[in-house]
Amino acid sequence: MKRDLISITDYSKDEYLEIMKLAAEFEKNPNQNLLEGKVVASLFFEPSTRTRLSFETAISRLGGRIIGIADPGSSSTSKGETLHDTIKMVSNYADLIVMRHSLEGAARYAAEVSPVPVINAGDGANQHPTQTLLDMYSILKTQGSLDNINIFMVGDLKYGRTVHSLLMAMSEFENPIFNFIAPPELQMPAEYKMFLREKGIRFFEHREFTDIISEADIIYMTRVQKERFSDPIEYEQVKNVYILRNEMLAKTKPNLKILHPLPRVNEIHTDVDKNEKAYYFTQALNGVYTREAIISHIMNLK
Amino acid sequence: MKDNNKKKLKLKVSAIKDGTVIDHIPTQNLFKVISILGLDKIENQITFGANLESGKLGSKAIIKVSDRFFEDDEINKIALIAPHAKLNIIRDYEVAEKKVVGVPKEITGIVKCFNPKCITNHEKMTTRFRVVATSPIALRCKYCEKHTVGDQIKML
Ligand SMILES: [Zn+2]
Repeated sequence: MKRDLISITDYSKDEYLEIMKLAAEFEKNPNQNLLEGKVVASLFFEPSTRTRLSFETAISRLGGRIIGIADPGSSSTSKGETLHDTIKMVSNYADLIVMRHSLEGAARYAAEVSPVPVINAGDGANQHPTQTLLDMYSILKTQGSLDNINIFMVGDLKYGRTVHSLLMAMSEFENPIFNFIAPPELQMPAEYKMFLREKGIRFFEHREFTDIISEADIIYMTRVQKERFSDPIEYEQVKNVYILRNEMLAKTKPNLKILHPLPRVNEIHTDVDKNEKAYYFTQALNGVYTREAIISHIMNLK
Repeated sequence: MKDNNKKKLKLKVSAIKDGTVIDHIPTQNLFKVISILGLDKIENQITFGANLESGKLGSKAIIKVSDRFFEDDEINKIALIAPHAKLNIIRDYEVAEKKVVGVPKEITGIVKCFNPKCITNHEKMTTRFRVVATSPIALRCKYCEKHTVGDQIKML
């Protein structure tokens, strides 16, 4: 049976660890011709240059060839073709489909339609599992383990799919602690807090940055976007509360690393960049190794 | 006169040799039940009554189908719109068996996902839900993974 990657919870803890192991191998030796002779379709129905470049770099380093849509304006969907028909056609050409779509559930549906594996590179506000796996790889690499990690999640915890998926995945490991720092409008949804309570996992909620971050192993920053607020005055009040500055890191743990799914706007001040605890650019590079690992795992190349 | 009508209806409804009587359907959902069970596409003799008095529902409807018997998973499809429906299976003019409707574990088609950004609302395809709670009913969309709950549940 073919394997897809649509939601982070499609995979087990053992599979997470298998992908982490492969990612470490690809980091040591990124150029391996495992995809030689294979065609990978890169279907970005919604533009995302960052994610597309990361995937296409991973495919290229594996020696695969890429066909695809980079500009949705030129795609068949703008001519009224259904997703079903586009996927039917492309899955006849390619050995693997990587897709991003603005509609939620589009990737799950594509995986049903396609006889070749589908990797979800983001479906609206729903899932972006390869981001989660690269976040996990970054945590494992910098902390030496995925157990006993104290993770601070900051910013938009209500709509941020990356923090939701990371929460679900990290909950599979031993003894995580979660700290949520968010404005009242953008708090972690009740369903995730209920999930943590049911699993007996500790979590704490805060309205702003305090000395509490001295306990953090990981600070995971997200963007607070203006369009998330129904009242623009509320946005004005909170927009500068969730900015991380270098001086705030003075008393933090030596192993602390700061992650961000990128692109950032102003939520991490540029004076943090030179601090060795800033990890977001390396995190992005880890994405290439992690995506090489995911592709190899799904295609049974390793 | 009213009593007379009632008697006549009762006679008509019980006058079934073999088949199924579905009682306690909310009147406003009668035609949806007919459509979900595909009764509009079969040739069996069917009679129904609507706007009948019912203590529990206020107004109920009843359907009588000759020579048609339903599997549980068929009948469970109407659970969302007629949760209190009761079935009498009739054989040779006698009630041979009684059944109630159960909420199924999965719902295929029938219901619309309430999330406007869900692929199922943009593509010609079948909706699929897992029932994650029963009171109120909560459905988890297989595609967008969002929950459609209670009053948000709309039929297709
Ligand atoms: Zn949906």
